[in-house]
Amino acid sequence: MSPKTLYDKIWDAHVAHEADDGTCLLYIDRHLVHEVTSPQAFEGLRMTGRKVHAPDKTIAVPDHNVPTTLDRANAATMTEDSRIQVAALDTNAREFGLHYYPVSDVRQGIVHIVGPEQGWTLPGMTVVCGDSHTATHGAFGALAHGIGTSEVEHVLATQTLIQRRAKNMKVEITGKLRPGVTAKDITMSVIGKTGTAGGTGYVIEYCGEAIRDLSMEGRMTVCNMAIEGGARAGLIAPDEKTFAYCNGRPHAPKGAQWEAALAWWKTLYSDDDAHWDKVVTLKGEDIAPSVTWGTSPEDVLPITATVPSPDEFTGGKVDAAQRSLDYMGLTAGTPLSDIKIDTVFIGSCTNGRIEDLRAAAAILKGKKIAVSRAMVVPGSGLVRAQAEEEGLAQIFIDAGFEWRMAGCSMCLAMNPDQLAPGERCAATSNRNFEGRQGRGGRTHLMSPQMAAAAAITGHLTDVREMM
Amino acid sequence: MDKFTTLSGIAAPLPLINIDTDMIIPKQFLKTIKRSGLGVNLFDEMRYDDDRNEIADFVLNKPQYREAEIIVAGDNFGCGSSREHAPWAIKDFGIRCVIAPSFADIFYNNCFKNGILPIALPQDQVDVLMKDAEKGSNARIAVDLEAQTITSSDGEVFHFDVDAFKKHCLMNGLDDIGLTMEKVASITAFEDQAATSRPWV
Repeated sequence: MSPKTLYDKIWDAHVAHEADDGTCLLYIDRHLVHEVTSPQAFEGLRMTGRKVHAPDKTIAVPDHNVPTTLDRANAATMTEDSRIQVAALDTNAREFGLHYYPVSDVRQGIVHIVGPEQGWTLPGMTVVCGDSHTATHGAFGALAHGIGTSEVEHVLATQTLIQRRAKNMKVEITGKLRPGVTAKDITMSVIGKTGTAGGTGYVIEYCGEAIRDLSMEGRMTVCNMAIEGGARAGLIAPDEKTFAYCNGRPHAPKGAQWEAALAWWKTLYSDDDAHWDKVVTLKGEDIAPSVTWGTSPEDVLPITATVPSPDEFTGGKVDAAQRSLDYMGLTAGTPLSDIKIDTVFIGSCTNGRIEDLRAAAAILKGKKIAVSRAMVVPGSGLVRAQAEEEGLAQIFIDAGFEWRMAGCSMCLAMNPDQLAPGERCAATSNRNFEGRQGRGGRTHLMSPQMAAAAAITGHLTDVREMM
Repeated sequence: MDKFTTLSGIAAPLPLINIDTDMIIPKQFLKTIKRSGLGVNLFDEMRYDDDRNEIADFVLNKPQYREAEIIVAGDNFGCGSSREHAPWAIKDFGIRCVIAPSFADIFYNNCFKNGILPIALPQDQVDVLMKDAEKGSNARIAVDLEAQTITSSDGEVFHFDVDAFKKHCLMNGLDDIGLTMEKVASITAFEDQAATSRPWV
């Protein structure tokens, strides 16, 4: 048998039909649904009299525009259009008989945090969601990617997607990370190297010692931003850490089925002589705590660097860099660590898990914030509960952070958690696009540790100085 | 879905790289439960000031581009969020074709589901069409999906590639779901086999 990549193996196990021209129907094991990209899809089903093909494989949770304030049980805290959208998901989930975690359920949270937490996401699965950060689930060795609403409807109706095989890209992070360097710095540094279109047409497999050393939470952070590098999906081969994470989760297999699953999961790795269409290698020791300076996730630099000048770039990036500097209100040559911060946001499907909150709390313990506002938005109700049990919530509150309910919040600012024009934010989320966190808002992406450090000093800060 | 066969129209030049879907349709317009009516908010933050007045020098606000049916743009068009509201807004404005050196995967795919043809061409060819687009309403660019060609207003012809299945669906306005449901026997057979080989799923 010819050698295969991990992607090839998962793909081959899910082809339900292949046409002569190579167009495939890929079977979908898990379909995650949220309130923003699904109403039109359910409406499409109703208009055509179609049913949900596999409701038991479909999981619904509202996350994008739910309020994260403590009084959110009162629906009046939602704007009318948000309320209608959340109500539509509620109706659709109940009417079509989906697994459903409403806002009132402690298990509610960001769909990409809830899926793994509840054991819906397992190695070797195909996972889709009408959300580009579905790549997160690739951390389990699942083929997971975002889809549009028409494809959401297609999956609801048929449990398949029309797909063609992607190309294989290997991203290897060799050796060890230095102290203060995190999974976020890995994934941002990769995008800094390959650019936001570097992964277009590829599925990325992340490998190497530095990846193997990461926890499952860290691996999810790495895969989450595969899409920011242009790849629809990122993958990490499952190993003992993966199996240990899955074991005992509510929807993970048990008993003999667990053993059968485990036997198959252990075959899920790229063969030694598999073919790669593209290979990128970074040394773990070369990666530094990083921040973004511009309005594209590829605008990444180590915190020790200075704001670049547009003339350091070529092609369309010259104008793009100038536009970014104008938007961000920055001057070339300014040390990144001199940039003053107004607001700190810790949360999102990139960095809203328990380990992220532990890391930020470790920096914040006994300190006070020097920014005008700071908020922590746990990725799920269960993350929130665990953080309270571990005493992390009190550390955040004592430092001056707002301790919020679970949701996407200021990552995309669909709910009232938004930046004002010109407000500058240290954010642990995934996109620094113009207007992403609110019209005119200025976003610098970084790890939870770095965001905590910025909260204490009031400017972008090398967290290593605080360790 | 609307068919796409040929198009001869005004092209609006948007010479920016990495035009993301947050730029195409900002998040506040994703709260709709419909697919229609988003054209007025296409490129909202670039198109209107804080008081909702049109920003005169944004391309789609210029008189000569208000009827544009084609966008010519920079590398990596449509990156970021998977929101299909982006192609819905583009279509609702009246744009049927986007030409760029490259597209983000999810956006590219979403276009075909909505009767929009995204065309990737080498940078030097996009540069020619960008110059053509800058001539405004005096220059019409012609797109022929059957022949897979673009003809500039000067008569220069460029060939483009498109997946044969996607082309077939777009030219005939076919509903993907209907086509897939014709293969329900294959899907059921796959499920039966998976129930044995991967029962935990």
